[in-house]
Amino acid sequence: MKKKIQNIIENFGLPRIIIFLFLVLLFILTPFVGVRFDTSVNDVIVRFSMNGILVLSLVPMVKSGCGLNFGLQLGIIAGLLGAVISIEMETIGFAGFFTAIGIAIFFAVVFGLLYGLLLNKVKGDEMVVATYVGFSSVSFMCIMWLMLPFKSPNMIWAYGGSGLRTTINTKGYWFHILTDFFQINIGSHIVFPTGTILFFVLLTFLVWAFFRTKMGTAMTAVGSNTDYAKFCGINVDKMRVISVILSTVIAAIGIIVYQESFGFIQLYMAPLYMAFPAIAALLLGGASVGKASIKNVVIGAFLFQGILTMTPSVINNIIKSDMSESIRIVVSNGMIVYALTRIMRAR
Amino acid sequence: MMKKQSLTKTMNPGVYFLINYAVPIIFITLVGFAIPLSGLSGEYFIRELTIRLSRNSFLILALLIPVMAGMGMNFGIVLGAMAGEIGLIFITDWRIIGLPGMLLAMLISTPIAVLLGYFGGIVLNRAKGREMVTGFMLAFFMNGIYQLVVLYGMGNIIPISNSSILLPRGYGIRNAISLLGIRQVLDKLIPLEIGGILIPVASILVIAILCVFIIWFRKTKLGQEIRTVGQDNDVARTLGIDVGRTRILSIVISTVLACYGQIIFLQNIGTMNTYNSHTQVGVFAVAALLVGGASVAKANIPNVFIGVILFHTMFVVSPRAGKELIGQAQLGEYFRVFVSYGVIAFSLALYTWKKRIEKENERKKAMAFKMGVLVK
Repeated sequence: MKKKIQNIIENFGLPRIIIFLFLVLLFILTPFVGVRFDTSVNDVIVRFSMNGILVLSLVPMVKSGCGLNFGLQLGIIAGLLGAVISIEMETIGFAGFFTAIGIAIFFAVVFGLLYGLLLNKVKGDEMVVATYVGFSSVSFMCIMWLMLPFKSPNMIWAYGGSGLRTTINTKGYWFHILTDFFQINIGSHIVFPTGTILFFVLLTFLVWAFFRTKMGTAMTAVGSNTDYAKFCGINVDKMRVISVILSTVIAAIGIIVYQESFGFIQLYMAPLYMAFPAIAALLLGGASVGKASIKNVVIGAFLFQGILTMTPSVINNIIKSDMSESIRIVVSNGMIVYALTRIMRAR
Repeated sequence: MMKKQSLTKTMNPGVYFLINYAVPIIFITLVGFAIPLSGLSGEYFIRELTIRLSRNSFLILALLIPVMAGMGMNFGIVLGAMAGEIGLIFITDWRIIGLPGMLLAMLISTPIAVLLGYFGGIVLNRAKGREMVTGFMLAFFMNGIYQLVVLYGMGNIIPISNSSILLPRGYGIRNAISLLGIRQVLDKLIPLEIGGILIPVASILVIAILCVFIIWFRKTKLGQEIRTVGQDNDVARTLGIDVGRTRILSIVISTVLACYGQIIFLQNIGTMNTYNSHTQVGVFAVAALLVGGASVAKANIPNVFIGVILFHTMFVVSPRAGKELIGQAQLGEYFRVFVSYGVIAFSLALYTWKKRIEKENERKKAMAFKMGVLVK
């Protein structure tokens, strides 16, 4: 029995188990500290649906051996471009939402292609290069957001007249377009974001199905054993680029879903560190630098958003002070450091 | 593929030089355009650069030793910066001013820096091959811990008597602390003015001493061990060198130096941004070093100074150039950040690409030799 417990601890990693137990503890504490249990659960589900797709986007690149996508910002920028252009075109409702996605996919494919080609040149050090490519592209886009010729009065600065604002409201366009879709109201406090969850399930299913196809299996082979894949005649470089494009496209869709739920499009420096929470969530769910599955995405996103939601509400009520931001930094970055220091078995 | 192979090995030295020093060359060109564009005077530049050289060089010099040990760019110097800031918080609390204040800050923060460096070294040892990403994330992680300590612990569990540095709620340090007590204490220690420009003689002296120290250190037994570890871990191990311990030591030294470097930096500025002063330290120091011509595997003292001059010139020039060129100074600010990150991305990519090609070449040569085609 003891051996079995030891085995479980070793496999899952002590930090993950600690965090899981911590989350359970937080949930148990809710009624005692004056926080409503049902609203907490609801909040966690909503945030899970908002962020899930971004976490999902990391999977193709991990599977193909490109490591954790620290350059997630490229996909996010593609999504932002799609969102902003769709608003410029004054499209609303579902039409607006899908226009945004369509344009975003176009940009994501272009970015993903270039990004993938770059990563192929730096095999072995993808993560570091990706981090800085991600950062520089966000800063570069800052310049672009100022200079691109957008005209929509909802988006540009009120007095100056040129350059986009830092945050743009999606209300009136496609705010909550998915969330309100077939919304289920349970009781007076729970609002289940059916649309968003359905969309997430749909994308998850597509990714799962993809990895069952011939190309998907080839991609996984490239990630788990490059030489064997080459031996089988698989074009390793091409597979990697395709995985990067896939990741970037999913990330672009992910940020648009995030925005429809959140209500705002955040430009300029906001996307700078957005890769880290997604990566931390994936790692929390049991993935590693070389291995990731859908299960990791779901468990990880849920756990991570759970901690993010519950910690402020519960701890703040106990200690009467707002430690949530610091705790969030410690947990998410600590998770990443932990995962990076786990010895990889075979590459 | 054949063409690429011969790129670094048998091409003429001119092209080899260009590729190796691509980053500083591109930078010099950029800066060359931007300086006249910004319309700033030569005297302004000299004054700014003197200040920036004396202010930032120490921190960047701290990066050299981990490069020697083969650990790449040590983003963990942020941990040293945090240690230094904690020391400064305490001397501000105890209202100790002047040079004794600065020295006391250095004294208090040294054990903290050693501890953090030791922790950093252990973590980096467990992430062999991924030191740079891990160091980068470690810095973020430590920032969270720093916040917990400084924003919640201080004034609570850690007694702080000077209420002017505490937040209104009674605990937690304010966002910005005035370091007026030790402002420019090192810079003005030995006063010298040439043509209206204040020359911080003492600071420059300290930097010179550090350079001499580094040069001497390279020749010591520990220094040699570090260099061997940097060259080849396995060779070092067969020579009886404790690779793990040596790597940890190099990070500890780097962290302690960064700690002092941050204190020197802050004494020049005179105010401390409690939660932000250290966050950009890693990125800017690494970018400056890379701009000076260093690479992940090789960095020397000239790289540091060339880097500071080029990088900080760009820094000074960008907002103005942006304003002249496009009409918005904000553009210059973003351009600065873009260039800092872009330089690192570009240098790292170039370095990794080169490394891979060299490895390929070695492999092909070894195989050809084995097959008797090539006679060595």
